Amino acid sequence: MFIPHTDEQKKDMLATIGVARFDDLIGALPANLVRPRLNLPGSMSEMELVRHMEELASRDHLAQSYLGAGAYEHFVPTAVWALALRGEFATAYTPYQAEASQGTLQSIFEFQSLVCELFKMDVANASMYDGASAAAEACLVAAKHTGRNEILVPETVHPQTLRVIQTYLAHSGARVTSVPCPNGVLEPAFLQKSLGPDTAALLIQTPNFFGCLETHVKELSDLIHGAGGLLIAATYPVALGLVAPPGEYGADIAVAEGQSLGLPLAYGGPYLGLFACKEGLLRKMPGRVVGQTLDADGKRAFVLTLQAREQHIRREKATSNICTNQALCALAATIYLSLVGKNGFKELAALNFQKAHYAAGALAQRGFPLVFPHPFFNEFVVRCPVSAERIVKRLSEKRVLAGLPLAAHFPKRAEELLVCVTEIKTKADIDQFGDLLAEAAR
Amino acid sequence: MDPKDLRFTKSHEWIAADGAVGISEHAQHEITDVVFVELPKVGRAVQAEEACAVVESVKAAFDIYAPVPGTIAAVNEEGARNPGLLNKSPYGDGWLYKIQMTSPADREKLMTHDQYQQFIKEK
Repeated sequence: MFIPHTDEQKKDMLATIGVARFDDLIGALPANLVRPRLNLPGSMSEMELVRHMEELASRDHLAQSYLGAGAYEHFVPTAVWALALRGEFATAYTPYQAEASQGTLQSIFEFQSLVCELFKMDVANASMYDGASAAAEACLVAAKHTGRNEILVPETVHPQTLRVIQTYLAHSGARVTSVPCPNGVLEPAFLQKSLGPDTAALLIQTPNFFGCLETHVKELSDLIHGAGGLLIAATYPVALGLVAPPGEYGADIAVAEGQSLGLPLAYGGPYLGLFACKEGLLRKMPGRVVGQTLDADGKRAFVLTLQAREQHIRREKATSNICTNQALCALAATIYLSLVGKNGFKELAALNFQKAHYAAGALAQRGFPLVFPHPFFNEFVVRCPVSAERIVKRLSEKRVLAGLPLAAHFPKRAEELLVCVTEIKTKADIDQFGDLLAEAAR
Repeated sequence: MDPKDLRFTKSHEWIAADGAVGISEHAQHEITDVVFVELPKVGRAVQAEEACAVVESVKAAFDIYAPVPGTIAAVNEEGARNPGLLNKSPYGDGWLYKIQMTSPADREKLMTHDQYQQFIKEK
């Protein structure tokens, strides 16, 4: 609830701190930042506002989207948000005092259990802000754990994840070194050249930014461990219905963006960071962990474990001071996974895989061949006969998002387009998309 | 180990003549059940009063300071695996690490067991 101050109260406060006018208090601010004129229309009644918003929303209609690149359009069963938005769960803020409610604790515990199951890792936290910040936190854990400062990040990791990591590490003493990947996956020979005595970790992403599966994970895992560093694996949860989970190829920390598990696309958020690790790193893992125990009567009970944590009492020594926990998004993901179930999840992954592969074939037939010869999951790069930017622009006129022109991040790849196909597309959709592309290239 | 043979710090560490370091009976009682111990790396050089280990109990996490300057010569892996030893046997199996002292005279400047008992009574 917002309670404004009265003029009387403001006068009192100013007098107490010895300032005559409020403007004297903010005198240090540049004049153009104080009460700037905003380019906004005048006020409206509620009725006018509803009409106005409906009109804006009606311009927002997309026929089809083939854009992935970190956020994915998946089908979300109605039950997910019908349950997650119940009054018991949907609060204005994170359940700070999670220990006040056994239900909240259990929902977080179930979430952690599902994340461990999905990644095949020992422990998971209660979630993080998003996938990119989870990756950055993992880098901090690795630097702290190994006492080394260099994090290796191949070019196949999402460029925006890399930017977030660089921001996080900027004043930490740790640094990022890029590893070139001219062939669309990280080759062991390139990693070998980059390893050194200060290598704290290798971060890989699979499926990677180009949609390719990193084909050499086992070898990369052995190489980084041989050099005394940790392996951090960033992944795409839906792919894990089909491809090997991080725990199977020796990842020490596994992270992911959890948006694909029941969260809608919404201009970039709120999304959901998944973070899991091996038991030996548990004490250095940021965020909260809920545990299961027995109460005085021997009944099952849930508790916030590891509460004697640095975030509360030894902040200067903490791995992280950002412990944003996306509890509501984590709950939605938990409900989503429970509804889809183990077999459904495999089927979901298979549908994504098959439809994307059908699409890759259909596009190749129409003059848009695959760029990389590696296995991929549901996203792939095609070479366009003309600039990819132009193709995207032409298709947007038909209200179709064709994908991401790679030139946005890799200026030399001007003809390359990153295309994503999920379970929601039909064969007819894909054929029509191929025809539109062919037409746009003429 | 007989506490009479140990020297004590105001931050409740003890140090034996051979450089073994742990926390006092009083300290283990105050912090209650120890659940985790983080030990320094062998070979690390430490200054007096430098934080070099962490003891976490169900109440909170505590830094453990080096009583004297020197080099970490050994750590109690068994204690790290079984943190309850700090409560059960603070002067025995619950030791934390061993310091190769720069100068044994530094240890002589610390409180005797009697002085330490007096110190905690006055607190």
